[in-house]
Amino acid sequence: MNKQEFTITVYTENHIGLLVRIATMFSRRKINIESLNTSPSEEEGIHRFTIVINEFEEVVRKLARQIEKQVEVLKAYYNTNDEIVWQELALYKVSTDEIAEKVQVERLLREYGARAVVIRKDYTVFETSGHREETDKLVAFLAPYGLIEFVRSARVAIIKASHGFHEKLREFEEAMPGEEQIENEFLNKQDSVFTM
Amino acid sequence: METLEVKKETLAKQTQTISGSQAVLEAFVAEGVDTIFGYPGGAIMPIYDALYDYHDKLKHILVRHEQGGIHAGQGYARASGRVGVVFGTSGPGATNLVTGLADAMIDSTPLVCITGQVFAHLLGTDAFQEIDVINITTPVTKWNYQVTDATEIPAVLAKAFYIARTGRPGPVLIDITKNAQLQQFEYEGYTACTHIRSYRPKPIVRKEFVAEAAELINKAEKPFVIFGQGIILGKAEKEFKAFIEKAGLPAAWTIMGLSALESDHPLNVGMLGMHGNYGPNVLTNDCDVLIAIGMRFDDRVTGRLDKYAKQAKVIHLDIDPSEIDKNVKATVGVWGDCKETLPLLTKLVEEKKHTAWVNKFKDYMAEEVKEVIHDELNPTSEILTMGEVIRNLNELTEGNAIIVTDVGQHQMVACRYAKFNKSKSNITSGGLGTMGFGLPAAIGAKFGAPDRQVITIIGDGGFQMTLQELGTIMQNEVDVKILILNNQFLGMVRQWQQLFMDKRYSFVDIASPDYVTLAKAYRIEGQSVSKREDLHNAISTMLNHKGSYLLEVMVGKENNVFPMVPQGCSVSEIRLK
Repeated sequence: MNKQEFTITVYTENHIGLLVRIATMFSRRKINIESLNTSPSEEEGIHRFTIVINEFEEVVRKLARQIEKQVEVLKAYYNTNDEIVWQELALYKVSTDEIAEKVQVERLLREYGARAVVIRKDYTVFETSGHREETDKLVAFLAPYGLIEFVRSARVAIIKASHGFHEKLREFEEAMPGEEQIENEFLNKQDSVFTM
Repeated sequence: METLEVKKETLAKQTQTISGSQAVLEAFVAEGVDTIFGYPGGAIMPIYDALYDYHDKLKHILVRHEQGGIHAGQGYARASGRVGVVFGTSGPGATNLVTGLADAMIDSTPLVCITGQVFAHLLGTDAFQEIDVINITTPVTKWNYQVTDATEIPAVLAKAFYIARTGRPGPVLIDITKNAQLQQFEYEGYTACTHIRSYRPKPIVRKEFVAEAAELINKAEKPFVIFGQGIILGKAEKEFKAFIEKAGLPAAWTIMGLSALESDHPLNVGMLGMHGNYGPNVLTNDCDVLIAIGMRFDDRVTGRLDKYAKQAKVIHLDIDPSEIDKNVKATVGVWGDCKETLPLLTKLVEEKKHTAWVNKFKDYMAEEVKEVIHDELNPTSEILTMGEVIRNLNELTEGNAIIVTDVGQHQMVACRYAKFNKSKSNITSGGLGTMGFGLPAAIGAKFGAPDRQVITIIGDGGFQMTLQELGTIMQNEVDVKILILNNQFLGMVRQWQQLFMDKRYSFVDIASPDYVTLAKAYRIEGQSVSKREDLHNAISTMLNHKGSYLLEVMVGKENNVFPMVPQGCSVSEIRLK
């Protein structure tokens, strides 16, 4: 078995200190967090974490269960890249002269669907969204043309097989667990979704 | 108009104006707390001031070090089955609790710790005795929270108790800023917590997996039950006994599960682990169905995992789903509260006896007695062994006492040889192995089970770590019997240095003070013995003495604890000498 990229999606209560609790679960096991996004989810008061790591499936499976065990965590899912739809945002700051002069640059930016966010006399900021490899390619291409600055965002992802969190949240709010809640990964032999 | 007037009146009656500190204590009373172990300080003074008026409802035991306080809270929780409550002030008071929190976390002990904190407006300014206790204790608590407003207190404490005692129990820390302790607010009464939407302490049991497990057990020729503290925490001792008796299953215990099943029960085949009994270790790799209940396959129990029970089908009953498949892959995982799952399983298993298989354990025990146990319990040389001290103790306690141990060789010997008739009678630091645990935990145990005799067995190393708690015993006249097994070494480390490091005894010879004189300074009676003829009477004197008593027994300096599964070895490679 090899290490591969996993995206861990965690739904939590929106409380201070939860970020630290979750982050320490990774550092404790010496797992490097490649990308971390935390933002409000589609449900009010519920926060969503999207964490990308490079690890063995066995390790990720056990880690996801440990994360879900935390009191303020509602659910934790882990998925490989083909089980999710994901995007990363990137901003590029290029000298406006370069774009004006070099047709290749202009053409490439059009190819990538780069959107100009800010146009000034001396610099222009472009934005692209897509996958890591695409962003990397564009960065590599722009480098000789004087890429002034570049920033990449964390990954946000939607699990292809999910049904959204609304139903699940309603089940959690009831005192007794519903039928669906008693699924458990090893019981159902389903490797991608762990529920408690 | 009339109805409105009445309504307003009832509302007014229901709310009163109280301080945050009083709200904390009201919560304790509502949750049935009777004892608090604590140490005051500047940042927790308002709570202590409020406590002054609660002396008829809440008993507070002043310890000598916050670590003593939290270990006492643990001892109380283990002996009584209830939540232990601990107070500490900010800064060093809070950091002194960390060892105990880690210990309670890994041994699943329910605790609610309240720490004082500086005024909210001083947070993050390096104020006097200010520390970021929430971030320091995050990895060692089941949940923690900082309260900066008194109105949060009732709900937060309700949540704290609920989290501490449900599911897999654990320690909870609530940090209350001084302004919140002083703040007056409209108190509407206390409502216990019964549900937290993001927390599922136990599931609905999946009957199909219970059925699958039962089928495996019914087909098994050599079924073997291994059990841990989960049975005690689940209060499922009766259900467990019914289960093994019906299916005729031999059962071995981890040191955390010790006393859940009476020592002399015919199906109790002994101790698991690195210093466990010969039979249970070897036969783990011979059984065909391994049934693990309320235990987590700790590395001290399994030895090397790639050679652990590979031939067996494993059934794992546990309340914590993250433990199932964590270390050992389960063929059938039964996630649930064993108090619920065991009766379901008992109903489906067939009534059977596995006499030949159980006798195999007895055969191994006979060999162990011949090679190890007989000489340990009945030595012929002048040197006293730890084993014979325990044998004498058993004769006098008849297995009815609570034994609290510290950590080291004496702990292993005590767990191996002490006899128990009742549950919740073995209190020891298992997962963390905290030296210094014994003395304060015994104090807590006596408060948690005042009608039981409490004896703590401690080594000369561990005793010197927390001996300041003799002050707590003295001040509160706690009837704890202290039995120090003095081999003048940090025995367990010395044993490893002897076996694995060519006897290079690097800094393990530890000098002790005159313990009897020390005890007398604390107004505690005691004596020291080193001769066999004095031993039995000395223990008897200790047990019959009205009040605390310290007995030092000088035991063999270089005796080793056997059997042993060396680190990195398989349980089959257990050494008898």
